[in-house]
Amino acid sequence: MAGLEIPTWDPETAVLIGAILLESIVLYVGYGSLERLFGPYLMELLVGGETNAR
Amino acid sequence: MLDSLLGGSGILGTSPEMLALFVGFGLVVGVLFGFFGMGGSFLVTPALLMLDYPAPVAVGSGMAFVFGTAVIATLKHHDLGQVDYKLGVIMITGTTIGIEVGRASVYYLESLGLAGGIISVAYVVLLGGVGAMVTRDALGGDGGDRIDHEAADKDLSEYEIPDIAKTIQRTVRIPPMVTLRGDIRVSAWVITAVAFATGLLSGFLGVGGGFIRMPAMIYAIGVPVPVAVGTDLFEIVFSGGLGSYLYGQGGGVDLGIVAPLLLGSALGARVGSAATAVVDADGIKIYFGGMLLVGAVAVGVGEVGSYVGSPALELLGLVLVVGAAVVVALAILYTALSSLRVTHRQQTSAAD
Repeated sequence: MAGLEIPTWDPETAVLIGAILLESIVLYVGYGSLERLFGPYLMELLVGGETNAR
Repeated sequence: MLDSLLGGSGILGTSPEMLALFVGFGLVVGVLFGFFGMGGSFLVTPALLMLDYPAPVAVGSGMAFVFGTAVIATLKHHDLGQVDYKLGVIMITGTTIGIEVGRASVYYLESLGLAGGIISVAYVVLLGGVGAMVTRDALGGDGGDRIDHEAADKDLSEYEIPDIAKTIQRTVRIPPMVTLRGDIRVSAWVITAVAFATGLLSGFLGVGGGFIRMPAMIYAIGVPVPVAVGTDLFEIVFSGGLGSYLYGQGGGVDLGIVAPLLLGSALGARVGSAATAVVDADGIKIYFGGMLLVGAVAVGVGEVGSYVGSPALELLGLVLVVGAAVVVALAILYTALSSLRVTHRQQTSAAD
């Protein structure tokens, strides 16, 4: 493995990196949705009102 | 072997205990990254080294984690209009070559049986150096030119170009010259040199390199701070993706490590980012510098433990590096909650 390499097509590795990319996008969208849904409730629980967090 | 203590069969070849550890560590790293905008990810590779993962797996998985984190952060900065795509595309070439040279060095050192030791020493120097710099800035009460949380609210024309960047722009005029956002005109070779140097660091250590690349973009190229942050992240998506692919081809990316780390860090980054709205970053910066210094000591202790074959020292190193990160993350959360409660009480009193 030592020495410089030109990347070659490797479907297995591409799927692996694709899975990480997909997980990142799903997490960005998923946590964003959860924040919108439960953020106000959570702030209410922690400090007694969402408006105070802004 | 520490991982044998925690090891066993589980999801993605990782035991439930290790998955929980990675999610928790990811959460902590995410809070730090979301709050400071940098720095959390370079605790991951040393922690994996201390868990006795082979150097290519520690560096490769660290880089894949950085790639995932950069994807998430770039989506956010794109929405804020803080990405200079032209600069990012020019930097990709230099960074890619740098990463490949760094990666080849890791495998070469691994073949000599020296990779783990040399990478650990590089981390001690790096964490110690950056930690000392941040601590000095914090003690001096100077916010420095690091990430400014109010940066998003300022116009790009309000940012002054550092003198050193002006000098470089005037003296290094090797064509082709390119014009960047904020009417900056600079040689493409300067951009490529900065990109290569930081790519080399990324490939060798499995870090995003933002803590070096951002100051380099600001001081060597003259890019406004928010654009440096956004463009750096955009660039890491490509360079980190390619680096992860190259390490993945050699079996260096372990999804059982990366997936739970990302699961925790994506949530932590939201919390850390939200905390910036209510906490003064300068007040916390000294803890951040302290954390990096403790991290440097921890890597050193872990490496000595590995060298003399002492699991106790290895464990101490791991506890120190994870513990320091946890303490700073908790300090951020505690300060944010305290600040919110004070604001709430003041508003309630005013309403009464």
